[in-house]
Amino acid sequence: MTEHLVLRVVSKLLIPPILLFALYVQMHGDYGPGGGFQAGVIFAAGLILYGLVYGTEAVRSVAPPRLLVVLACLGVLLYAGVGVASMIGGGGFLEYGALSADATHGNHVGIIIIEIGVGVAVAAVMTIIFTVLAEWR
Amino acid sequence: MIATHLPVLQVAVPLIAAPVCVLLRRGDYAWVFTTVVCWGLLAIAALLLDQVMSGGTISYRLGGWAPPIGIEYRLDGVNAFVLLIIAGTAALMMPYARQSVEQEVRPERRHLFYAIFLLALTGLLGITATGDAFNIYVFLEISSLASYVLIAQGRRRRALTASYQYLIVGTIGASLILIGIGFLYAKTGTLNIADLAVRVPALGETPAVLAAFAFITVGVLIKLALFPFHVWLPNAYAYAPSMVSAFLAATATKVGAYMLLRFVFTVFGVHFAFETLPLTEILLALSLIAVLAGSLVAVFQSDLKRLLAFSSVGQIGYLGVGIGLASVTGVTGALVHVFNHALMKGGLFLAAGTIAYRLGATDLSALHGLGRRMPFTMAAVVIGGLGLVGVPITSGFVSKWYLVQAAFEEGLWPVALFVLAGSLIALAYVGRVVEAAYFRPAPPDAEPVGEAPWAMQLSTWALIGGSVYFGLHTDLTVVIAERAATVLLAGAP
Repeated sequence: MTEHLVLRVVSKLLIPPILLFALYVQMHGDYGPGGGFQAGVIFAAGLILYGLVYGTEAVRSVAPPRLLVVLACLGVLLYAGVGVASMIGGGGFLEYGALSADATHGNHVGIIIIEIGVGVAVAAVMTIIFTVLAEWR
Repeated sequence: MIATHLPVLQVAVPLIAAPVCVLLRRGDYAWVFTTVVCWGLLAIAALLLDQVMSGGTISYRLGGWAPPIGIEYRLDGVNAFVLLIIAGTAALMMPYARQSVEQEVRPERRHLFYAIFLLALTGLLGITATGDAFNIYVFLEISSLASYVLIAQGRRRRALTASYQYLIVGTIGASLILIGIGFLYAKTGTLNIADLAVRVPALGETPAVLAAFAFITVGVLIKLALFPFHVWLPNAYAYAPSMVSAFLAATATKVGAYMLLRFVFTVFGVHFAFETLPLTEILLALSLIAVLAGSLVAVFQSDLKRLLAFSSVGQIGYLGVGIGLASVTGVTGALVHVFNHALMKGGLFLAAGTIAYRLGATDLSALHGLGRRMPFTMAAVVIGGLGLVGVPITSGFVSKWYLVQAAFEEGLWPVALFVLAGSLIALAYVGRVVEAAYFRPAPPDAEPVGEAPWAMQLSTWALIGGSVYFGLHTDLTVVIAERAATVLLAGAP
């Protein structure tokens, strides 16, 4: 797409705000609409836009497939790890209150961590799906 | 302390293990890790069954939220038994997996294969352990999506169409279940099964409950592959990798039977399903057609794996007969058959897989003279086959004994006749395999084949040997199944 100057410039302008907005949705999920899944999809949308305009090779150099696979796994493990940590803390599986001496504080910490896990996993998987389908021959 | 967390560990451990398998990046590491996990799951399942048998129903709150609002894992005699079947077959099949997967799956995909296998296991265990109707749907999707991927790994390209066909049919089934659960939720405002069991019968015969019943029953029957919803099954089992055919044949449809029992008996109640609505007549009619048609079609198959798959269609009919009779004896028979058939059919598919491992084919014509060339494998096929027929001292006899007895108790002797007729037809298709392997000489230009690797033999014989052991020692399975059946027929917990 080297000849589409307008697309290249506009997408270059758009991608940083999209990624930033994803982080906002991620962190805001506690208090308002949003959360890990939405944030992950928005973040991946930024990478996918980059891929659509600059080609999948460009996405590969930013986010190598092997790294994406590792991130997808780590996201799931982060989520499940919180569950195990709360069990070690004396509560049930995913009982965030047990993560800290103060149950409310524990709930905040637990939810933020699992949402980060969800966000990482979703962003990685969405990008993998895009690159796999885009490079399908 | 850990004992109180066993219900959730049963499901969470394979879920955590799956991404770890991906990170291991090597097929052999992933195999070792998966084997350890599967045996751990079997230990958990055995401990849980022991807890349930001695202490009664176990309830576990997920995230510390109290039911009925929070998600509850609720184990009684029924699902603790099914958990043991799933975890047990998975653990026993793991020694087999290494060589079989090495031959059938490309090297760069092996660790992913084990990861997906663990996800399928997570889904099946989750459906069984959970006490929440929506949770059942979520785990159903996890296990189904994983099974589609596993089936598509088959060596022949037809595995892709078989997997796609299963995907379409399976998705329709899961959607119907979801719609049914939606109706129940709209009417009762709860998704907890124990809570539904109290509220749904109180609603009586409202259109919403009837619609929910229809959607859920048809959806579950699709997943169970009872006639006429069995169309996806033969291709899926025939073209999947050997390990996957065996695992799905031993577990997936069994979990379908469990879902049917749970929804019909616990949620809707015996009175509503079998007295207000004619579920007995419908299930018996469909099941008996399944027994006869499935077995008859099996007789005319030219491929061992397809033959076994159609035999599964017939054997699922027996489960339907037991459930349809809706008596303690009938449901006991169905539950015992769930256990026994998992052992027999799992073992038979493993044996078919070892034949494919050595010969590269499972056509009956390729089996000529195999009784001499692979004596141990063929002996396993014969013993497993006799179990399908229901010959005494095999466990197949035990389940059929209970089914026939249940039919007589209800005065439905034609049903008993049909069950016995199914056995005779099973004798015909098992006979065809025996004839090909023992009474036909090997073609003179046949390449010499040796017996399969010992690890693969070990798994096959563990399952087949189990089917004989539980044919002789019926107390364990029958006592557990009888207690489970009594719990189910008593209705609301």
